[in-house]
Amino acid sequence: MWPIGRGDRNFWIAVLVLSALVAAGLYAWIYQIQRGLWVTGLNQKVSWGFYIINCVFFIGMSYGGAMTSAILRLTNAKWRAPLTRLAEATAVAALLVGAIYPIIDMGRPDRFLNILLFAQVGSPVVWDVIAISTYMVASLVFLYLPLIPDLATTRDSLRMSGLRRVYRILALGWKGTPRQERSLARGIGIMAVLIIPLAVSVHSVLAWLFAVTARGEWHSTIFAPLFVLAAMLSGVAAVILVVAAFRKVYGLQEFITAKHFRYLSYLLIALDLGYLYFMVSEYLTEGYLLDEATAPVLEAIFIGTYAPAFWAFTIAGLLFPLVLAALPGRHMIARSCIASLLVVAGMWLKRFLIVVPGMAEPIMPWDWGRYAPSWVEVTITIGSAAAIPLILIVFFRFFPVMSVHEMEEVEGAPEPRGVVLVPSFAEGGD
Amino acid sequence: MAGPLTRRTLLGTLGGVGATTLAAGWAPVAFPRAFAADTKPPRKERQWAMVIDLRKCDGCKKCTEACQETHHLPQTFEWIKVFQVKDKTGGQYFMPRPCFQCENAPCLRVCPVAATFREADGVVLVDQDRCIGCRMCMAACPYGARYFNYADPPKYDNPFGKATPQFPVPQQKGTVGKCMFCVHRTDEGQLPACVEACKMFALYIGDLVEDVATNGNETVRLSTFLKENDAFRYKDELGTSPRVWYIAGHGQLLDY
Repeated sequence: MWPIGRGDRNFWIAVLVLSALVAAGLYAWIYQIQRGLWVTGLNQKVSWGFYIINCVFFIGMSYGGAMTSAILRLTNAKWRAPLTRLAEATAVAALLVGAIYPIIDMGRPDRFLNILLFAQVGSPVVWDVIAISTYMVASLVFLYLPLIPDLATTRDSLRMSGLRRVYRILALGWKGTPRQERSLARGIGIMAVLIIPLAVSVHSVLAWLFAVTARGEWHSTIFAPLFVLAAMLSGVAAVILVVAAFRKVYGLQEFITAKHFRYLSYLLIALDLGYLYFMVSEYLTEGYLLDEATAPVLEAIFIGTYAPAFWAFTIAGLLFPLVLAALPGRHMIARSCIASLLVVAGMWLKRFLIVVPGMAEPIMPWDWGRYAPSWVEVTITIGSAAAIPLILIVFFRFFPVMSVHEMEEVEGAPEPRGVVLVPSFAEGGD
Repeated sequence: MAGPLTRRTLLGTLGGVGATTLAAGWAPVAFPRAFAADTKPPRKERQWAMVIDLRKCDGCKKCTEACQETHHLPQTFEWIKVFQVKDKTGGQYFMPRPCFQCENAPCLRVCPVAATFREADGVVLVDQDRCIGCRMCMAACPYGARYFNYADPPKYDNPFGKATPQFPVPQQKGTVGKCMFCVHRTDEGQLPACVEACKMFALYIGDLVEDVATNGNETVRLSTFLKENDAFRYKDELGTSPRVWYIAGHGQLLDY
């Protein structure tokens, strides 16, 4: 039985609402393509805005999902079994959305291929294109490999011929022979090792997009590790939210318990503390010297125009979630969800605080820039955010939400067979 | 390595080394533009430079207007922009900022498609037929000299037939443009539009090869002129090597 089969109405309502938001975002994008970037709030001074923020934000989120899964696999954490599939799918969904943003941001998206035709390898933009596309392939493989045995099981339990054929092709003739098991385990192991440096590289080059410039706010050696940590933090938070949502909707309370949320919260706490340390290190070294390039932008962030966003991020997005996740006692799941929601929102604010003040800061004598997003940018942002749950919901309509194969391998896990394996449409064939 | 060295392992190792060497050796062929990005421009008859005498500038913005007229730009496009500066001593002065045509130009290095390039005369140009509009160069320029065509530029029939990097008029929507020292005029022996328009004769166009500069009123020996007037380059410490020098004179500090 496929749990979502029971709540079919809810499924369609969710799909409908999310699709409407995505459609609105697509409409805004087409509107922008037809007219040009003047429909955004961008201007000659602040020429990067919401799109670059969202690009860093969503790709960062993706990174956390992939890392969570990879680290748990490599450390052979037994409790990972019901979570890895959700984490890997979150990684892919967030990456698909984030990787579109550089194109949305381009003035001439029709010339995208120029990046390949005239690639100048000295440009951080080219590094980004190489790193993101490599990481995209890797994260798709990383999602696909552990899925193969489950695809085979679905194939064997299906009777409808058309769908069955699709699963048969995707399952690559999996029969579960010892030899196949060995190759699969090795493949997953290699991918888990590979995905970590790849993800690190993606976020490092995203940071260098900013750090190689002569802007006070951006020209910092700590930017790459700071971006990597920020990505992991927001990614783990996103995984917590996705896991909690699917646990509730699919009724997976039996498999995903408060224990899982406690462990994920530990990860969140460690990353949050690490991020705080990096942030203090960044601002202390810059603020202590207070050179002329950095002073105005630091002033704007701490006590000026951007102070509300900065303090909201620091207090509500970093410190308060720390307390929520670290406190012992009841309501672990609810607390970690609220903490994660705050962290995700806070990390978006942080990316705003990197991009916008960095662009607006006076690089010529006293010329602060201003930026307010237009409805086009806001609509595209909301639409793209809605695309992630939409991709996940549709994906898990067709593929098991937990790795059944992996659950069986791990000792002591409840027997999942028959619970999350066969989609409801399979029963229609009976 | 465990075990004796066999022909098989030896060939394998050598093959690996060979392939790596080959790959490294071919890289400059595969990516010629990136490897050819030397910082020193090749020699040519002219090496354009500009001197801006801040003692004379009264902030009338005639230079900006003339530039916009020549290049048919909208009013938000101030390829030469006049900043009103209040310095630390409380003094106030005006500072026109064209593109500095840096010899070590950050905008040129970060362009993913090499749409920004340097001419033999030292002027940095933009190929708007190639630009993808990522605006990385705008983030990288330490002087805010680059302008993005968010909207359609004013309509204009280019007398040369087609817009070129030397005379990119009309501008292309979705691409980046900037000051290019009016090379379409200097190549014809004319002064850049801004230099010609300046009634205070504060702007000098110069040639580093011939070591002269002129504001349309007087002609000076460039190196002597710069030395005698303690000329400086804006944010010189960044190492961008601008081709534009300023002469201070309103009591402002030299180190901004």
